[in-house]
Amino acid sequence: MISIKVGQGSCGISAGAAKVYTALEQQLKSNHDVQLSVTGCIGMCYLEPIVDIYSDGELIRLVRVKDTDAKAVADYISTGDNSFIENLIVSDEDKHFLDSQTRIALRGCGIINPNEIDDYIANGGYTALKKALIEMSPEGVIEEIKVAGLAGRGGAGFPTWFKWNAARSSQGEEKYLICNADEGDPGAFMDRAVIESNPHNLIEGMLIGAYAIGAKEAIVYVRAEYPLAIIRLERAIEQAKEKGIVGENIFGSDFSCSFRIKAGAGAFVCGEETALIESLEGSRGMPRLKPPFPAQSGYWHKPSNINNVETFANVSWIIENGGEEFAKLGTDDSKGTKVFAITGKIKRGGLVEIPMGKKLSDVIFDIGGGMKTGRDYKCVQLGGPSGGCIPADMQDTVIDYKKLSATGAIMGSGGMVVMDGSTCMVGMARFFLDFTAKESCGKCTHCRIGTKRLLEILNRICKGEGKEGDIELLEETCNEIKAGALCGLGQTAPNPVLTTIKYYRDEYEAHIKEKRCPAGECIDLVKYSINPEKCIGCSLCSKKCPVGAICGEIKKTFTIDSEKCIRCGQCMDACRFGAVEKR
Amino acid sequence: MSCKCSQNSSDLTLLKETLDRYAAVPGSLITVLQKAQAIYGYLPADVLNHIAEQMSIPAAKVFGVATFYTQFRFKPVGKYLIMLCQGTACHVNGSLMLEKAIFDTLGIKDGETTEDGLFTLKNVACLGCCSLSPVMMINDETYGSLTPQKVRDILAHLKKDALKEAAEQ
Ligand SMILES: Cc1cc2nc3c(=O)[nH]c(=O)nc-3n(C[C@H](O)[C@H](O)[C@H](O)COP(=O)(O)O)c2cc1C
Ligand code: FES
Repeated sequence: MISIKVGQGSCGISAGAAKVYTALEQQLKSNHDVQLSVTGCIGMCYLEPIVDIYSDGELIRLVRVKDTDAKAVADYISTGDNSFIENLIVSDEDKHFLDSQTRIALRGCGIINPNEIDDYIANGGYTALKKALIEMSPEGVIEEIKVAGLAGRGGAGFPTWFKWNAARSSQGEEKYLICNADEGDPGAFMDRAVIESNPHNLIEGMLIGAYAIGAKEAIVYVRAEYPLAIIRLERAIEQAKEKGIVGENIFGSDFSCSFRIKAGAGAFVCGEETALIESLEGSRGMPRLKPPFPAQSGYWHKPSNINNVETFANVSWIIENGGEEFAKLGTDDSKGTKVFAITGKIKRGGLVEIPMGKKLSDVIFDIGGGMKTGRDYKCVQLGGPSGGCIPADMQDTVIDYKKLSATGAIMGSGGMVVMDGSTCMVGMARFFLDFTAKESCGKCTHCRIGTKRLLEILNRICKGEGKEGDIELLEETCNEIKAGALCGLGQTAPNPVLTTIKYYRDEYEAHIKEKRCPAGECIDLVKYSINPEKCIGCSLCSKKCPVGAICGEIKKTFTIDSEKCIRCGQCMDACRFGAVEKR
Repeated sequence: MSCKCSQNSSDLTLLKETLDRYAAVPGSLITVLQKAQAIYGYLPADVLNHIAEQMSIPAAKVFGVATFYTQFRFKPVGKYLIMLCQGTACHVNGSLMLEKAIFDTLGIKDGETTEDGLFTLKNVACLGCCSLSPVMMINDETYGSLTPQKVRDILAHLKKDALKEAAEQ
């Protein structure tokens, strides 16, 4: 029996995986020895659509498959002749991307069928839950998590066992277990991949957590922009209910737990745990003052525990293999693995799960393959709007909570955006402040007004209207906001500004003093000109210019009037001789 | 100036099933608003008032919650809702150029709808397909690895489809 699996996560589908699936279905419908099915995202997003052919326990992985390749696949299946699919087979280099990873949270992703609970069970699924419920006490589960040294993967890195223990020890019968799947960091997609590709792993981890703290209801708060994740998780919950894995007296024990999804409605601040609780209660997602912590007073003011998707995705592995096995991976400070979503100017972008303790350069160069643009690597941004940039000369920084925080950035939830010389660092800081200023909920003054003031100053600098003293003003405002803001959103919003000032002060100074953007990205500061050596006088640029800023005579060099120029760049796109230059 | 709420006249019976199920469930206001938007395409003022009344929640709170979340709209959207990603990965890979291409082609900015009612543009932060950045989503379809030219082609294609459909009717 040959089994063919088509990777259909969101990114696979948008790269055309659904069309590939339909085409394969057509081609293979008369062949009853072939079983065609769907799987989730293996994490090699840059190679989507991916088609895996399993025969006699051997795997042939085809990448960048188009629907028009379906015939070749069918021909290969019927003849066994490799030459039909040779050009589609994954290269050794690309294989290395996966082979150099250690998969715990992502195990099963891109391998099992996310739509079938039986497939999950056949791969050892739900045995950890059974073990926890039948062989272990709730305290025993918490102890195992403690031995593992699992820390929250949502950003703050707080020890998971401690939160579970606090919620367990809280007074009250009614307790809630909540999963934070709001994944707000723009540029990160680890949690989406876990839910879309292996939803039962999340359910299993959550049920074990619910057992440990004594919750009878588990809720997943999923962001609204992830429709496929919601559909897959809904189906998974239904199937688990049918099997009696969600509901009353699970596996014959006296533990009962219900399960539901709440779709978010688009607000970054709702990733903050107390704002998330407000939102679950149907209100505006505005954070509460802590303490009391959710473990004491959370959802409907009852003891509640909130963890990130990836945190839960590690739980069943730990229960199955023991906390000690997990703790063998990583550093003294940080145990286990971490999933990163690498994107930006990277050659091989996708999901990378590695043991803590690796270096940034391992991820960016060894696994990610360096820049796709041919330009030099400039920096990596970690932790999104709450994090910061780490420059190229610190690429040997070790990935663990303490070492990353020491740079001014944070581990964050796993977003890793790689940049080359074409990205302006002042512009990057402005980008994040534009985001946080819009997303600030408005409850506290430091965040509401402070982020706005930072944005105004950054806008000014990017426009070439920066003043002497602006850098100091930025730093002072940043420190005030950090000290005065109510929740994590405001307290960390200055990080992108502070780290870019720390490592790229010269770029700020170039903008302010010389009215120059070294990366050539700030539109108001760039100048377009025509290189007389390259211009053949074809007049194409002048025809394209929407404001009539380019003139000249045919077959002679054209010139750009920079007073009239609106810097739209259309001339540069139009020129076929590379004669238009940007400075 | 008199209250304009009564000016739109949505068919409130469409909401009955949702309200029967959720009106009395504490904490379900956002769910009800989401279902209402799925029914009407946006949240008309009279619908919001009706929800407030039926759920016994002050209208001010209902409006307060609805305006807090970016998912909710108070004006009808075009046939095609363009969600343009402005997340970090898409930003680094040139999403601003796409926004400009959309403006040049359709003349709309974030939150605006074309006069023919075909296209609405909405900027969003991260669609979760960062490795295909820059990305946009139109209705339920995601388009990745975009360039300004690809965007112009896609829009032209959709417009042609819509005109053809209109002509057939
Ligand atoms: C502004 C803000 C946004 C956040 N967004 C998320 C998020 O999208 N996902 C997440 O898991 N945690 C997010 N957090 C962290 C949560 O508040 C919380 O620490 C986390 O969900 C706890 O789970 P963990 O211990 O498993 O990490 C955010 C925090 C802040 C301040
Ligand atoms: S940043 Fe655009 S899809 Fe993530």
